Amino acid sequence: MATAAMPAQHESESHGGENFLTCSKGFKSWAFTLDHKRIGLMYLIATMSSMFLGGALALILRAEHLTPGATLPLAKVQNFLGSLIPSWSAIEATPLTNHDVYNQLFTLHGAIMVFLFIIPSIPAALGNFVLPIMLGAKDVAFPRMNLGSFYLWIVGFIFLVTAILTTGLDTGWTFYTPYSTNTTQTSVIAATLGAFILGFSSIFTGLNFIVTIHTMRPPGMTWFRMPLFLWALYATAIIQVLATPVLGITLLMIAAERLLGLGIFDPSMGGDPVLYQHFFWFYSHPAVYIMILPAMGIASELFSTFSRKPIFGYRFIAFSSMAIALLGFLVWGHHMFTSGQSELLTIIFSVLTFSVSIPSAIKVFNWLATMYKGSINLATPMCYALSFMFLFTIGGLTGLFLGALATDIHLHDTYFIVAHFHYTMMGGTLIAFMGGVFYWWPKMTGYMYNEFWGQVSALIVFVAFNLTFIPQFVMGSRGMPRRYYNYLPEFQVYHVLSTIGAFMLGLGLALAAVVLIVSLFTKRKAPANPWGGATLEWQCSSPPPLANFEETPVVGNPYDMQSVVWDAENECFVNRKKEEAPQS
Amino acid sequence: MHDSLFFQVPNSTFAPTVDGLYYFIFWISVFFLTLITSLMIIFVVKYRRVEGVEAQPSPGHNTLLELGWSILPAFLVLIIFGWGFAGYVDMRSPPEEAYEINVTASMWQWNFRYPTGAVSGELHIPAQKPVKLIMQSKDVIHSLFIPAFRVKQDVVPGRYTGVWFEALEPGTFDILCAEYCGQQHSDMLSKVVVHNNDPSKTDLNDDPNFETWLEDASDPIKDNEPLYESGKRITEMLGCVNCHSSDGSKKVGPSFKGSFGTTRNLQGGKTVTVDENYIRQSILDPNSQVAQGFDPKMPSFKGTIKDEWIDAVIAYFKHLKKE
Repeated sequence: MATAAMPAQHESESHGGENFLTCSKGFKSWAFTLDHKRIGLMYLIATMSSMFLGGALALILRAEHLTPGATLPLAKVQNFLGSLIPSWSAIEATPLTNHDVYNQLFTLHGAIMVFLFIIPSIPAALGNFVLPIMLGAKDVAFPRMNLGSFYLWIVGFIFLVTAILTTGLDTGWTFYTPYSTNTTQTSVIAATLGAFILGFSSIFTGLNFIVTIHTMRPPGMTWFRMPLFLWALYATAIIQVLATPVLGITLLMIAAERLLGLGIFDPSMGGDPVLYQHFFWFYSHPAVYIMILPAMGIASELFSTFSRKPIFGYRFIAFSSMAIALLGFLVWGHHMFTSGQSELLTIIFSVLTFSVSIPSAIKVFNWLATMYKGSINLATPMCYALSFMFLFTIGGLTGLFLGALATDIHLHDTYFIVAHFHYTMMGGTLIAFMGGVFYWWPKMTGYMYNEFWGQVSALIVFVAFNLTFIPQFVMGSRGMPRRYYNYLPEFQVYHVLSTIGAFMLGLGLALAAVVLIVSLFTKRKAPANPWGGATLEWQCSSPPPLANFEETPVVGNPYDMQSVVWDAENECFVNRKKEEAPQS
Repeated sequence: MHDSLFFQVPNSTFAPTVDGLYYFIFWISVFFLTLITSLMIIFVVKYRRVEGVEAQPSPGHNTLLELGWSILPAFLVLIIFGWGFAGYVDMRSPPEEAYEINVTASMWQWNFRYPTGAVSGELHIPAQKPVKLIMQSKDVIHSLFIPAFRVKQDVVPGRYTGVWFEALEPGTFDILCAEYCGQQHSDMLSKVVVHNNDPSKTDLNDDPNFETWLEDASDPIKDNEPLYESGKRITEMLGCVNCHSSDGSKKVGPSFKGSFGTTRNLQGGKTVTVDENYIRQSILDPNSQVAQGFDPKMPSFKGTIKDEWIDAVIAYFKHLKKE
């Protein structure tokens, strides 16, 4: 503890010492790594690849909607591809039509984005990297389980994608019965098995995070000294562990129904297809909060760091995460207002749904108050954070239309819903994820990216996003149902606008990817603390050493922005000198 | 009534409630979005980082403010809930005197049956009279969606679901399927024809009123016209024309035109002559003899179509052969 000037030590570490990337080399050192940072990085590459795959499919779908009828020769291409691989053409006795291919594409888009990208994106990729360091721990509680989670993800990916590609699954990512159990010719079992395995991957991550946060906090890291990102990950992990098994059970029941001919959901054998929807949404609604809570956590970190202000209303934000996790379990029935469930149930679910809107609103107001009287730096991560706040607010407010019964009856299963959940899942989670990636990129790779082009990507993504999805609100309330290959000509103008937006959006995200990849080649060294964050991950060098900290870090207030000051000479933030800082 | 940015012309008694609540939430949303965005922009401009200037101190929390912005929105959402609840109760409480029509959904068509025994592929209703639909599905879940009426209800196999409405103005409006139901989900369209019910509206006297239409539909075979004309009417009534063209073009199923008397290749390699018996069997048990190049997708019309209607349909086939 003799170092009077902390920065000198960091300088020497980041330029000379071994870090987690350089400490060992070779394929095996990655494939069998137990280091949470390497696993996080592998997850990052895996989920971002899934995002670009799912995004490419979205662009094909959008391009198809340029005209009301057939636009692209979908069936021709698919049948040609099928003819190249004998096993495909054997399964498809009759050639596919454009309708079939379209239905497969939106199923694939939804399944990839939900199961392979959004759910693991923030917790498993960024969370894995950041959580132990933020906490001041050397690793997660169960490093082997952590690696197991990643391999389960890989296996799940292979199952899900090959199942959908080779058999042309066309049920939508929701697998609604009885279409999925006795009508469709496609292999639901392999795909549901894929989703089942991915569920375990998600449970492993969640369990690990809960145990790590409970047992591995260093001295001084009390619950209310945890950064809000950790509170968000903790709330998320609870949902992952409690809700995901229900999805597993449900998918097994689907498999049993198809294989053994049990009549759980099949009305011709006395089953109830609406029961399936209850099971499915009992998981999939809480899963929405698995997707959005970590995004809110990232936003809390970004607003605080880039405003150089302590987060406003820390406890309200922390408790609102827990409130959302709890209430999120009680509102699944709002996906089923038109399904034929009992009227009383419908009314109860409507009331409960509105209760979730309050904790979300609290967070937005608190982020806003955090910026008040701050010193706001519009660096790339902050641009994404501001974009997130605007888009997520629209996502939240349009939820009011859907929670209200009279309006939901009209809007259910239209493009209004499609726009609403893209505003929350993409405008919310994906944008916050991008903000988080840009925020922690210097920490993860040790390199700074080009700030200007990063900001340009954030701007393009923001404008293009609104152009893509605002027309969908309009056409939805005018009566355009979702999952439609053909559509009535009166909706064409909205579809064309949306498609133009989607391609710009693709361009913006591709630019963001280019900015990040280029930084690996320009090799501009990142300082330990480029943004002025006061949480613990900014105390260790960029990239961090294998064990994260040379010695157990001193834990203070995670939002004490005055503990770090700008060092103009080295263009980075450094700890305030010991003599100035109050000693503990 | 006019159409607005977000809505088609409202044409049911519920529509004003739905639209009113929609615009109420819309303006609340606009207010909050504007508030949040302007504060965001003001803060970003006013407090943007200037080198050498540190952030100014301000309280880290303010219980009164935080409670305020938790409780005030709670009141607003309670109002929204109450409004939506009232509208919903209305939608789910059909009046006793409502005119009942049975609906059967199947992949991918709608079938409407009236108390007189009439059937149709399009929904015909009188204006300004409550109508109740009692719906069931033959296969998977569908959802009846009439945007102009702002109503939607899933149609579930193995149980009845119901919906009611009262149309305001005569006209023709879209019916769409809103729950994904497989290959031709997006083509599972139909129309609702609202008939004039007001004798004082003389400009609409050319259209048959609902009673006249119902009489026609209950007995589509007219004595004073060629049988094939009746057959043509029946194919339109039952929605056959959604999948079978009468001009030789290929739709979901083979065209009616020019097929009578020809030899048809079936799936499985057999061939059959398109004669009276083939047509009859194809209507009653369609998937027993599926033409090559087509999918076995046609639902059976057993119980829906009467024997003498089949005679008329066969006459229509023969007539199209001659044309």
